[in-house]
Amino acid sequence: MIQVNSLIKDYGARRALHSITFDANQGEIVGFLGPNGAGKTTTMRILAGYMPPTDGTAMVAGYDVVEESLEVRKRVGYLPETVPLYTDMTALEYLKFMAELRHIPNSEDRAYESLEQVNLTDRANGFIANFSKGMRQRVGLAQALIHRPEVLILDEPTIGLDPAQVVEIRNVIREIGKDRTVLLSTHILSEAQQICDRVLIINKGSIVAEDTPENLQSRLVGSQRVVLRVRGDSDGLDATVKKVKGTRGTELKDPETVEFEFSSGQDVRPQVAKAVIQAGYELIEMRPVGMSLEEIFLELTQENSSGKKS
Amino acid sequence: MRNIWTIAKKEYDHYFITPIAYIVAFVILLIQGLLFVAIIQSATQSMLLYGSSAPPEITVLNWWFAFLLMFGTPALTMRLLADENKTGTIELLLTAPIRDFELIMGKWLGSFLFILTLIVASLIYPIVLNRLVTPGIDWNLVLSSYLGVILVTASFLALGVGISALFSNQIAAFFVSLIVCLGLFFLVGIPARLLPAGGGLFDYLVMSTHFDDAFNIGRIQLSDIVYYVSLIILGLFTGTVAVESRRWN
Repeated sequence: MIQVNSLIKDYGARRALHSITFDANQGEIVGFLGPNGAGKTTTMRILAGYMPPTDGTAMVAGYDVVEESLEVRKRVGYLPETVPLYTDMTALEYLKFMAELRHIPNSEDRAYESLEQVNLTDRANGFIANFSKGMRQRVGLAQALIHRPEVLILDEPTIGLDPAQVVEIRNVIREIGKDRTVLLSTHILSEAQQICDRVLIINKGSIVAEDTPENLQSRLVGSQRVVLRVRGDSDGLDATVKKVKGTRGTELKDPETVEFEFSSGQDVRPQVAKAVIQAGYELIEMRPVGMSLEEIFLELTQENSSGKKS
Repeated sequence: MRNIWTIAKKEYDHYFITPIAYIVAFVILLIQGLLFVAIIQSATQSMLLYGSSAPPEITVLNWWFAFLLMFGTPALTMRLLADENKTGTIELLLTAPIRDFELIMGKWLGSFLFILTLIVASLIYPIVLNRLVTPGIDWNLVLSSYLGVILVTASFLALGVGISALFSNQIAAFFVSLIVCLGLFFLVGIPARLLPAGGGLFDYLVMSTHFDDAFNIGRIQLSDIVYYVSLIILGLFTGTVAVESRRWN
């Protein structure tokens, strides 16, 4: 549904995108992660038909974003980062205007439908100027959804929302993502982990990683770390774990807890559990300690920076 | 065409919720009303004192109408695109399935329809005058004069929309539009008079001659219509190029 090939964007002498390539399929929610100025908004603006790339190609819903920009714009719902709204209009007037621009028949009905999706029907006739940031964000999202687009591009869709609204909006995105393509950027890495099928990590205009959140973790770490906890006396627990073949990096964290690692291809957890129980300990917990997406993100972006410097 | 109308309708409706549009309408109609009374009084005095039989001229009123609109139109157009640029709503319009020229045309048409409402409201003066004089006023002259006012206004508005697209600051858009309108209406006449050679071009550019010596004396000529249409195209083209260049930059 989205095919980006060697996309380059220059702002004067500064190169914002360094030949990025990726794709997104129908029914897939793709998260775009990266620090400020990484090129997320630039990529999204190109895909939404706001501006052309300097070089490379991008196809959205089978249409070229430069050659067939109008066709692309008909099929894309776009929520910009700044959530541009006409604050002197009511939410309903604003959405009706956007529906009319997209030649939607019964624009008022569709505007209500869109407001319903973002749970804002009770404020349909309220002036946007009087809306909170979260409500404005929801009106912006309703605007992006109004023409039931094949592709939804959302730049920081949950920024400024309260926790309950964040959950609601994530549910809306998940629902849309079942049969349509969603590309969303976010700073909240746990959000990407929760709702995205795939994550693209972009830094300084280049994609530094692309995979499912789970695969990114295992690819980067290469081994799995496990926490093991026993009840009561734990003297010699770390030595017992160390003795099991395949364990490494064993560390006593507190009197009842030991952490150890094993290679991703050699799961030694059953042997460790057996050894611990046979040694007479009361095993009450054994759980993997995944590297958080935050850690992966930092590691990748720092790696990328140091790689460039060297 | 549908997109142009959607944008024009939004802009037209918007004027009725903005104080600036009411101020422009109020000031123009007030001054026109005062001038109308002055014209009637002056004609009555001439008749009583000197026995003049010349009826009051509505064309004098329309010259002032065009003059006042020269100040009023930049106030109406300054917001049209400069504000979209400033607030970021331009991103919304540029990612909607509309062409750049449709956006500019829609903005211009919305402002033009608002001014047209004012022009229609001002028709009360020739109607009243027609009832006061015998055997009535020259309606051909009135229609020609009003056509001139409409073309002058349409040109000012097109230039104002084009200039508004170049800025993100409404005040800057207002002053540049005002200077351009003033320049076209009067100022280009100065080099036309001072230059011994090459003044002809400047003379052609003076808008008031295409109004005072043409539509406002009942003379409708193709060359004058071409002049105004050219200015409208120039304004709308400038706006379209400004929006397109925003995409590339």
